[in-house]
Amino acid sequence: MPSLKDLRNRIASVKATQKITKAMQMVAAAKLRRAQAAAEAARPYASKMEAVLANLAAGISGSDAPALLAGNGKDQVHLLIVCTAERGLCGAFNSSIVRLARERINSLLAAGKTVKILCVGKKGFEQLKRNYERHILEVVDLRSVKYLGYGEAEMIATKVIGLFEQGEFDVATLFYSRFRSVISQIPTAQGLIPAEIGSGEGGTKAAYEYEPDEAEILSTLLPRNIAVQIFRALLENAASEQGARMSAMDNATRNAGEMIKKQTQKYNRSRQAMITKELIEIISGAEAL
Amino acid sequence: MATFPFELVSPERVLFSGEATQVVVPASEGEITVLANHAPFMSALRSGVVTIDNAQRLFVRGGFADVSAAGLTVLAEQAVPLDEINAEALSGQIRNAEEDVRDAKSDEARARAQAKLDGLNAMMAAIRN
Repeated sequence: MPSLKDLRNRIASVKATQKITKAMQMVAAAKLRRAQAAAEAARPYASKMEAVLANLAAGISGSDAPALLAGNGKDQVHLLIVCTAERGLCGAFNSSIVRLARERINSLLAAGKTVKILCVGKKGFEQLKRNYERHILEVVDLRSVKYLGYGEAEMIATKVIGLFEQGEFDVATLFYSRFRSVISQIPTAQGLIPAEIGSGEGGTKAAYEYEPDEAEILSTLLPRNIAVQIFRALLENAASEQGARMSAMDNATRNAGEMIKKQTQKYNRSRQAMITKELIEIISGAEAL
Repeated sequence: MATFPFELVSPERVLFSGEATQVVVPASEGEITVLANHAPFMSALRSGVVTIDNAQRLFVRGGFADVSAAGLTVLAEQAVPLDEINAEALSGQIRNAEEDVRDAKSDEARARAQAKLDGLNAMMAAIRN
């Protein structure tokens, strides 16, 4: 039976924890709003880019398509770009991305392929290095970045394209969490090289005029497309992270509230029991006289 | 005059979305003016100024212009309205960038600093005109 003092201390400590989780929830809510706005602002660019690319790709097909678009024809070495958060305490956000990546890694390894991993974000690296340390090429640290800009995405894209041109890998896949709503984030794997182009409407096959020529436009557009896809993944990830943290902290706050209620009840009961016991002792003492 | 749908988007935000009658775009091989019912056309952009209806002017760096039946779409790597650019702050940035170029330790860092400086210089030239 814990003493009254023990109970009091326990209640105080849970209350302090609840205050922290409550504050974290509110901070996450504020950050979420900003991250969500940024993710939504980036969507039109990415979707326009896709449309333009689909249009161009429809014109160029077969053997003269650039390697970034169609791949280099091999399927042996896979690069997995795993984007996670830099911080924890956000529910299953990081682990669900890592789980998806891990499933892919295992199935690729089982098929006898070579796997290379590029980690963006510390948390994914920490979870992946336990089993796959020798596969990890590099970790991109974005902890010092306060506001995600296109520049960061461009830097990662340059790295990826550089590796591709050196023949370090054949197929690249991007792992991130798509933001659907505060309570629902979907871990997603997206093909990056070769480019994943939805067949789309495919409608406007009008005679386009290109300046400079088609191939040249395509060759500048493709690297840019990779940067844009990475940028979008980072923004979606940022919004998802805040959403996941917000709901995780909301749960934690609620659990703490419940615990406080239970402990307080227990505290009051044992206090009352003690008073009753003392009264009985006094009364029975008086009666004995 | 007939209008056509025009969109100017950068990765970070949508800067213009609506109807326009005349848009001047700095294409890679010279400026082009797009009016309604322009033939389908696609071009890379160089750094320069996009002028919408002779009124709104925006600086763009890198990207593409795509004219289709659905109107004109400019996908810019970076786009800033000219009146949001502060000439003094910009010249400060240029000085910083020049120092970065001088102090760069590796070729890669120098190339990056130089690219940044070129972008800033183009922006400066855009507001001077």
